Amino acid sequence: MLLYDLLIGPFIEFPFMRRALAGGLAVSLGAAPIGLFLMLRRMSLIGDAMAHAILPGAALGFLIGGLSLGAMTLGGLVAGFSVALLAGAISRATLVKEDMALAAFYLLSLATGVLILSGAKANVDVLSLLFGSILALDDSTLLLIVSISSLTMVALALGYRGLVLECLDPGFAAGVSRHGALFHLGFLALVVLNLVAGFHALGTLLVVGIMMLPAGTARLWSDDITAMLGIAVLAAMFANLVGLLVSYHLGLASGPAIILVAGLTYIASLIAAPLGLLRRWLPRRHLEA
Amino acid sequence: MSTPALAFRDLTLGYDRHPAVHHLDGTVKAGSLLAVVGPNGGGKSTLLKGIAGQLPSLGGSVANGFPALAYMPQIGDLSRDFPVSVFDLALTGLCSRRGLFGRISRSDRDRTYEAIGRVGLDGFEDRSIRTLSGGQLQRLLFARLMLQDAPLILLDEPFAAIDQRTIVDLLVIIENWHREGRTILCVLHDLEVVRQHFPESLLIAREPIAWGPTATVLTDANLSRARSMSEAFDREAALCERAA
Repeated sequence: MLLYDLLIGPFIEFPFMRRALAGGLAVSLGAAPIGLFLMLRRMSLIGDAMAHAILPGAALGFLIGGLSLGAMTLGGLVAGFSVALLAGAISRATLVKEDMALAAFYLLSLATGVLILSGAKANVDVLSLLFGSILALDDSTLLLIVSISSLTMVALALGYRGLVLECLDPGFAAGVSRHGALFHLGFLALVVLNLVAGFHALGTLLVVGIMMLPAGTARLWSDDITAMLGIAVLAAMFANLVGLLVSYHLGLASGPAIILVAGLTYIASLIAAPLGLLRRWLPRRHLEA
Repeated sequence: MSTPALAFRDLTLGYDRHPAVHHLDGTVKAGSLLAVVGPNGGGKSTLLKGIAGQLPSLGGSVANGFPALAYMPQIGDLSRDFPVSVFDLALTGLCSRRGLFGRISRSDRDRTYEAIGRVGLDGFEDRSIRTLSGGQLQRLLFARLMLQDAPLILLDEPFAAIDQRTIVDLLVIIENWHREGRTILCVLHDLEVVRQHFPESLLIAREPIAWGPTATVLTDANLSRARSMSEAFDREAALCERAA
C-alpha cells in the first residue's frame, strides 16, 4: 500500500508525528482566523512585529526558568501583552497609528531583551525559540496549544459580530457601542496568545507564517468573510499535514516545511484562484450590463 | 410645544485650541428638520461630531436628550474592500438593537431588503461592497441609517457624489423621517435644496450667523456675512475673552 505508507503510515508508526499533527492542527484552528482578521485590518505584518516583541520575553523566561514551558510562556505573554495593549491603547487615544505604536514598543522590547541576554552571557538556544520544535511537543505543551486554540475559537464565536464590525467600520462601531476598545484590545490579546501557542511548535518567527499565509490564500478564493474563515483554517491544516509528511519523507526540518507548503499554496492561489492573476492575464469578453 | 431635545450652551468645539464652532447657543426641538449650512471650514462637520460625542468640547456643552442617534459622517472609515455583501453591510444598521447574539428575524431581513430597495439598490444584495461606486455606497449607507431607526439623525453632506435622481429619492426618505417625528440635522451646500425641503436652517461660519426659519436665515445679508469668514486659523490668535 503505497498511499498508506505515504500519507498515513508515519502517523501510525510514530507518536511524535501524531503529536506534531495534533499540535499543528490546533495551532491552525486558532491562528488562521486571527490572521484573517489581521489581514482585514491591514495589519498583516503586525504578527511579525508582535512575534519580535514576544521573543525577548520568552528568552528571558528561559534565562530565569530554564527550558520550562511555564517560564517561557509567561515571559512571552507578558512581553506580548504589554506591547500589544500599550500600542492598541495609544493608537485609540492619540493620532499615532497602530503600526507605528507597535513598531515603537516591539523595538523597545527587543532591544531590552537583547541587552539583558547579552549581559547574562547565558547560552540561550535561540534557534529553537526562533524556529520551534514541532516534533518534540510534550504533553503540557500540547495541552497549552490546544487550550489556547479552544479559547480563541470560543472568543471569536462570542465576539464575532463586534470584531467584524470593528474591522469593517470602526467609526460606526464606535457610534453604536462603547465596547469597541474591548473588541480591539481583546483581539490583540488573542493575537499574542496564538503567537505564544504557535511559537512552541513553529518558533516565534515561523508562527507568523501559519497565521498570515492561509489568510492571504483565503482572500484569493472568496469575497465573503464567513467562507474565508473556513478556507483559511483548511489551508492552514493542509499546510500542517502536508508539511509534516514532506519533512518526514524527505528528511527536512518540519517547521520550515510546513510554512513552505503554506507559502506554495498561497502562490498557487495567487495564480489560479478566482481572484488571482490568471483571471487578469486571461481577460474574458466583457458583458452587456 | 415639543420639549427641547438637543441644547447647545455656549458651545465651542475645535482642534488644538482653535475654535471651529465658536460660542453656539440654542436648542433643536424634537421633530426639527434642520439644515446646517455655511462655508468650508465653518464648523458644520465639527458640530455634528460634537453632537455625536466624538469630539470633546473646548467650552460650553451639548445636552442631548435623545436616547439614541445615528450619524453619517462625511468621510467615514468604512473599509471599502472588506469582504462583506451589500446585504450584510445594511444589516449592521440593526446591530445596536440585535447586539452580539440577537437573532436576525425574518422581519428584520424583510426590512433590510426593503431599505435596500428604497435607496434603489435592489438586485445588489449579494454583491460585494467593493464593487459599488462611490454614490452607490453612499446610498447603501443611507439604507443602513434607515435600519438604525434612531430618533436623532445626523447627516454630513449626504448628497455628495450622488446623482440627481437619487437625491430626489433620498430627500423623500428624509421627509418621511421628518413626518415620523424624528429629529434631523443635515449639513448641505445646495441652498436650493435647503430652501425647498428644510423648514429650519442654521448658518454657521465658525460664529453662528443665523438660526431659524430657512427664509429668514438664508438672506443675502447673512450669506455675505458667512462668506467673509477667514478660513485659516490665526496662529497668533489671542485667548478668547468670551471664554472667561
